[in-house]
Amino acid sequence: MSSLQSYLLLSALLFSIGLAGALTRRNAILVLIGIELMLNAANLNFIAFWRFGPTPSKLTGIMFVIFSISVAAAEAAVGLGIILAAYRHSRTTDLDKMNSLKG
Amino acid sequence: MTAIFLILAVFTVAGTAAAMGLRNAVHCVLALTVGFAGVAALYLQLDAQFVGLTQIMVYVGAVAILAVFAIMMTHSPTPVPMPAYSKRWALGGVVAAAVFAVLAWAICSSSAPSRTLPPQPDISVQQIGDALMHRYVLPLEIMGLLLTAALIGAVVIAMDRKEGIK
Repeated sequence: MSSLQSYLLLSALLFSIGLAGALTRRNAILVLIGIELMLNAANLNFIAFWRFGPTPSKLTGIMFVIFSISVAAAEAAVGLGIILAAYRHSRTTDLDKMNSLKG
Repeated sequence: MTAIFLILAVFTVAGTAAAMGLRNAVHCVLALTVGFAGVAALYLQLDAQFVGLTQIMVYVGAVAILAVFAIMMTHSPTPVPMPAYSKRWALGGVVAAAVFAVLAWAICSSSAPSRTLPPQPDISVQQIGDALMHRYVLPLEIMGLLLTAALIGAVVIAMDRKEGIK
């Protein structure tokens, strides 16, 4: 088993763990964390392909990951803000109870 | 595949699995920091030092703290605690396992991973800064604009209007 393959398998496992969390948890904050984990798995893939690619001196993988981390940070801030606003409205973060758009 | 990779992989997977599996939300975030730190160590292992330190600062330092704050602000002591998993958790688990199976099959049957490790690149922070300021300056500016808009938007969304706080 080559090394790139092991990194890709680890990244796939991280993605699946994040997906399982996003699909099964009831707390909205933990669902958001699951999405962050999936983004992390994608970043690990970027870095692995960059390192094992033909020209790692061109910095493309690093640039991808830097911008991806910035987008993920913005997404986390906006997502948690929305969760706080929804909590103030419905007094719960239970996704099975937040099922009406009109409140 | 070295022993260091195996140890880091076990740490990362254990941390993230605990983050998605534990019942107490604060424990979940603490386990999540272990998983994020493991991913950062994997970046260091792949000779991406700048990205590894960025990962520690952004995820371990900022996102985890933000999640802890959100959990504490939305914590309401109720007589019946909220169940940790949704009613159809088995379906979600099956979907995640199927996704992993498909990804693992694709990775194992692909020919791309058979390539060998190229020589270690000599990447300095100065080179990354040069690239950000020359070739990638437009994406950098757009990213700054996006972050500003997103953070202002997050504050506006989370602001409590009833109490007259502006």
